[in-house]
Amino acid sequence: MRYSALALLRGALAAHRNWTPAWRSPEAKSAYDIIIVGGGGHGLAAAYYLARNHGITNVAVLERGWLGGGNTGRNTTVVRSNYLYPESARLYDFSLRLYEALSRELNFNLMLSQRGHVMLAHSRHDLESLTRWANAMHMHGIEAELLTREQVGELIPALDMSAAARYPVLGGFMQRRGGTARHDAVAWGYARAADALGVDIIQGCEVTGFLKGPGGRVTGVQTQHGQIAAGRVGIAAAGHSSVLASLAGFRLPVTSYALQAMVTEPLKPRLDKVVISPATGAYVSQSDKGEMVIGGSLDLFASYAQRGSFAVLQSVVAATLAIFPSFSRLRLMRQWSGIVDVVHDSSPIIGPTPVPELYINCGWGTGGFKAIPAGGWTLAHVLATGRNHELAEPFQLERFTTGRLIDEAAASGIAH
Amino acid sequence: MMQLPCPWCGLRDENEFVCGGTTHISRPELAASDAAWGEYLFFRDNPRGVHLERWRHAYGCGVWFNIARHTLTHEVLAVYAITEPPPAAAQDRTS
Repeated sequence: MRYSALALLRGALAAHRNWTPAWRSPEAKSAYDIIIVGGGGHGLAAAYYLARNHGITNVAVLERGWLGGGNTGRNTTVVRSNYLYPESARLYDFSLRLYEALSRELNFNLMLSQRGHVMLAHSRHDLESLTRWANAMHMHGIEAELLTREQVGELIPALDMSAAARYPVLGGFMQRRGGTARHDAVAWGYARAADALGVDIIQGCEVTGFLKGPGGRVTGVQTQHGQIAAGRVGIAAAGHSSVLASLAGFRLPVTSYALQAMVTEPLKPRLDKVVISPATGAYVSQSDKGEMVIGGSLDLFASYAQRGSFAVLQSVVAATLAIFPSFSRLRLMRQWSGIVDVVHDSSPIIGPTPVPELYINCGWGTGGFKAIPAGGWTLAHVLATGRNHELAEPFQLERFTTGRLIDEAAASGIAH
Repeated sequence: MMQLPCPWCGLRDENEFVCGGTTHISRPELAASDAAWGEYLFFRDNPRGVHLERWRHAYGCGVWFNIARHTLTHEVLAVYAITEPPPAAAQDRTS
């Protein structure tokens, strides 16, 4: 069923009893050409692009929970492409450009809001590093603007710009095309589109092992519901990447941490930019429901618990109030965390694993949501062709042996 | 608020400590291959289960110590000195 204003009118006239499911809930077949392990944004996008770009539709996405219930449903919805190195700039800006056309392509409102992403400078050193960053982006052909203190104050009136500010704002750096998108809609949009092209999305199906054949190549997966054969398998499981790698017999340069997020009670529009203050360790935007969506740094010890602890929550709230003191009387409604797969250089891994015919897309750490389109596109490419997409070529497992790291710790914006 | 049992000071809030990551990792010889060096620097088990890790009581007595902690429940199964091997109590239970 195509979504449109006309469909909405027809629905209203039928008391909304005629809407069809956005995707099927099929039983798993005994074999597929390609299995994707992980039904989050990256896995669902990869399934969609396998069908759309490569005409490969005999595909299953296996999700142990409910689709989009992992980090895709737990992030703070920020999209941007302001990264430092050329390899990253190409990858993330490709993703942002895909996002810009994606609602129309998927016939699903992703609520992309390119409201502007602003990074604050609180010291001379901050100003200098932001200048370097803006220049790097210009060299990559990606727009970036340095902002004076006055300009920041005009764009973000809720900031504490007084003489008494604990963290004075000296200036900033904005990517105008950066902003937010509705995280659930991205999962649902890709799921619906992939399903419509013939992909089977199997929820409640946990992969508990990998089947192997001659030469140690992967030939399928073992699940809690039985075995499923496959010609190729791709893993897109974020914080659980190491668990799956261990089942397949290899290790990753990944540590899984809790990354917390929280929302306040709704209020009238007060903030129409995404603001990040690396020096204080918080970032904030206002959702369309009026809630302040707040995130900050990792709970810096290995965890798969999806909750995070009060110690970090306290420091993130303190950082938020240091720059937005007028938010102090807002009540927090909800707090949660995702499990982020952090690697040492804060850059992803997209490509083959030591197991033949097993590929992986992981290592996005705190920055995977903005990269869902590009991550899906490049994982689909390597699954379909057996060769890395050129955008993914710099982001291989080998770099942790050769030392050719792409250090985006600063651009990831969150203390690692 | 997770609490950790500092062997010197006793049970304290997590924000008195800094986590030093996986423990019992020894630096290879300087003549090690790139692969061995990369394994040492970057590759980790990252278990969803019992994790052997080291912590420093940075905002307390400053001692480094080892613990066995479950990464899903955060339960601390064992505390032992930084130079000791893991005790029997630090065994993996089904996660």
